[in-house]
Formats: sequence, structure tokens, C-alpha cells
Amino acid sequence: MVKAICQFNGLLQSSTVDIRPSTNEFTFKNQIFQANDGQLQIPVSGTIYGTALNYKGELAAMGDNLKEAPYNAPPIAPVLYIKPINTLSPHLAPIPLPNDEKELQVGAALGIVFKKTATQVKLESALDYVAGFTIVNDMSLPHESIHRPAIKQKARDGFCPIGPWIVHADEISEPDNLDITVYVNNELVQKNSTRNLIRNTKQLIEDVTEFMTLSEGDVLLVGTPENPPLVKEGDEIRINIEGMGALVNTVVSEKEASLLSGKTKEEMQ
Amino acid sequence: MKRARVAVGGAVHNAYEYNGKVKLVDGRIFAEDEVEWLPPVKPQTIFALGLNYADHAKELSFDAPKEPLTFLKGPNTIIGHNASTKRPEAVTFMHYECELAVIIGKTSKHVKKEDAYDVVKGYTVANDYAIRDYLENYYRPNLRVKNRDTCTPVGPWFVDRDDIDDPMNLSLRTIVNGQVTQEGTTKDMIFTIPDLIEYLSSFMTLNENDIILTGTPKGTTGVNVGDEVITEIEGMGSLRNYIISDQDFQKPFEGGA
Repeated sequence: MVKAICQFNGLLQSSTVDIRPSTNEFTFKNQIFQANDGQLQIPVSGTIYGTALNYKGELAAMGDNLKEAPYNAPPIAPVLYIKPINTLSPHLAPIPLPNDEKELQVGAALGIVFKKTATQVKLESALDYVAGFTIVNDMSLPHESIHRPAIKQKARDGFCPIGPWIVHADEISEPDNLDITVYVNNELVQKNSTRNLIRNTKQLIEDVTEFMTLSEGDVLLVGTPENPPLVKEGDEIRINIEGMGALVNTVVSEKEASLLSGKTKEEMQ
Repeated sequence: MKRARVAVGGAVHNAYEYNGKVKLVDGRIFAEDEVEWLPPVKPQTIFALGLNYADHAKELSFDAPKEPLTFLKGPNTIIGHNASTKRPEAVTFMHYECELAVIIGKTSKHVKKEDAYDVVKGYTVANDYAIRDYLENYYRPNLRVKNRDTCTPVGPWFVDRDDIDDPMNLSLRTIVNGQVTQEGTTKDMIFTIPDLIEYLSSFMTLNENDIILTGTPKGTTGVNVGDEVITEIEGMGSLRNYIISDQDFQKPFEGGA
């Protein structure tokens, strides 16, 4: 059994549970539950920071473009962005496909969850700041250019499913050696590993906290692998990370999503 | 009304302006320099605009954008009035940016321009510092330039929406060590407040206490350690900030008599 922290519907505090990653089951107070029964909420509370171009294959795919306009040179510092609060959504929540869009891009990411204030942290002590790890689906509208902040592509409502839980840091002995697999409608569409990160977990924490403080509950995504799968309305996306279970969400039309998630009355009219 | 969040007497209080002083909601009155000023709202999502004044875009040799150039900031970067902002030792060009900040009042999506002010609850002054040495062309302006700890002072006051007759006709200026170094007017924004609210809410939900920093006019000059930087907007007040070295920021407390 693997120790994890989850957020039940209707409770303010989080709960510690034992999970079985292979089946997405968990044990709480001696009873066995299925994460896919839908009682789990977003397990984190802070700001979500994403990292781009941190997989070797992703950077390599940019090729000579890195040296040409508008980029002019390969990146020096981590390439970061923010997934704001409107994007966050839990395990099993629908991902809204905006009107006028046909396809979305899946971003399978390992999320580092912080347990205390992290400022100018050194690599050697980086993991002391980590509460655990979670699975994040950093969804985007497909876009080629990363010259300007991709708010319109990445900050849409419901574009950051996260969960089902935070796996306790002690349970993940090698965060830089985790297989990541993505299934769309039960078909394997992407396979990669955090072995292929340019900055590994500790290095990323050092380089990011050099200039910005991360706080308790904040999440830093280590990156998304090259060749992100594309999905369309009705597709079920399942992201597995080794030893952590699976995050499952389905793409639905924007209209259907707003009905399902009980948005404001004005919006439903 | 001008409202504030301040710390005094060992607790955090809501307060408002009262004859040039700070009156806590419990009735106690303090001078402005007797309280610790906190950011006037606890921000949710923080939006900022690049190149939203034509003269500033020109100053940086850019064509004015055709769509708002929006980026996001984290809570680590926000500080209140009278606080200090860190300037790393080795940098050559760090500059202030005086900006009108719009504070959203309610959950909103698909807001039309003509209804935009219905979802605004007020305004404040912001100083959106940038360190140009760290500019890179990936998601530019990148977070190393724009999301540094202490690099976004806001305040001092939250000014109620209805106290500002026309937010699109306010003069802004920055004063460094007593010298006016930046002057402009919100009339010169490329994308107005209603434009920005319609644009952002067309693809994402805005929430109460989201803040939109609407960009800065021409006149962004460099600042150095020891500088006093005041950014002010007509009818809204003056936001004071001090530039401090990394070394002094981290200096251990040495006690005193």
C-alpha cells in the first residue's frame, strides 16, 4: 500500500489514505473505495506553475528554431507559466472543449507539491520541501509558437485536471525515474519517463526558487513530454504515472461542461 | 471610499481613509506611517498587460499588439505600500512600471464591453517592476523578469469603482527620489478596461479579487539600490516603494538597544 493525501467532497481538511496505484483503489478507515467513484476533490490549494521545454525530446523537436527569430537563442532559465485557479479541476471532472475548437492537446505532467516555503533552495535539500507528487493534465489548445505567454491556449476553464491525490514524498524514491503513459479511450498514445527531463526534480526546484518563492500547497509541474496526444469531444484521457495511480478526465463540449459543473444561473440561461 | 488592509497592534485590520489618516473598522485612528500596509485585496489570479500604451511600445521598438499581450503573476510577487523590492547585485537594467490595477468584483464570463464595469469593484495603483537583463524569448515576458519575489507593489488603497468617474482618463506618474520620471494618461491605453474584460472573460472565468494590471506608458527608466520610487494615479493615491539590495534584504537581524 502506498500512502497518499486526498480531499474528500464536503470536507475542508485533507485525509490520509492508502492507495493501490494499479487499480486506483484506496483504503480509508479500513474500507476500500475506488477513486473512479467520484468522491475526490482537487488535492492541492496553491498556485500551479508549469514548465515548458524540460523534456529532451521536446527541446530537440524545436531544432534550429531555437536559434532563429523570434527565439534567437536556446532558453537559459526554466521556461515557466502559471495555470490560474479557473483551470483547476479534479479527477473525473469534464474538460470543456471550447466552442469553435476541434482538438485539444494533452500535457501529462508530474506535479511536485510543496509542503513549506521554498526560497533559494539548494539542490541537496530540495526534496525536504516536497510534500509529495501528483498527476496533472496540463491541457492546451494546440499551438506552435511559445514566443508569447499562451494564456488563451493554456488558461481556459477546466484545463488543469489534477489528482486524484498527492502521493506522499516518502513513497516516491526516484522522482526522476518514473514512467508516464497516456491512454485515450483505453488505447496507449504516449509513453515517456521523467528520466528524460533536462532539469531533474531537484535542479528545477533550485533554479525556480532562485528567483521566486514557492509556498505550502503550490505545485511545480516538471514539464510535458514531446508529441502530446490530441483529443476531441467524447475522448477519455487517462494519465498513469508509475506508482501513483491514474488521473482520468473526459473531453465534453463547453455547453455540456457548464451544465455538469453547476455554473452560475446566468451562464446556464 | 478608499479602503485598506493594514497590520497594527498585532493583528490585521480592514481600514479606510479618514481625513488623511487610517481609520480601522473598529474605530481606532492611526497616522499612515503607524501601520504596516498590506496589499489592499488578497489577489486571486493576477493578470498583467505588456505593451498596452502605444508610446511605451514604441519606446521598446515594438509595434502595438493586435491582441492584448497578457501574462500572469503569482502571489509571491505582491507586496504592499511602503515595502522594499529586491534588486539583484549584478543586473544592469531594472525599471518600474506605473499601472492602473483593476479589481474584479464577481465571478464572470462572456462579459460584453458595455457591461464590463458591472464586474469591476474598484481600482488600485501597481508598480510592475521588470528586470530586463533576464528577458528571454520564451513566453516573453518570462517569469524570471516579471514574477520575482517583491517585484509587484500594489496599493496603498482599494478605491471603490464609483469613486472614479472615468478610469480611462486619469493621469499617471512615477517619481524617483523626488524627480518625475514618467508621465502619462490612461487615455492612451491601446486596449481599454472594457476591451480587456471582454477579451479575458471571452475564454476564461474571472473571479472576485482577480487583478488586471493594465500596462504602463512611456518613461520607464532604471532604478538603483537606495531609490525611493513613488507611482501615483490621479484620485487614487501614491504607492511608495524602496529599492534594496539582495544582501540587505537577507541581512540577519542584529538586534539593538
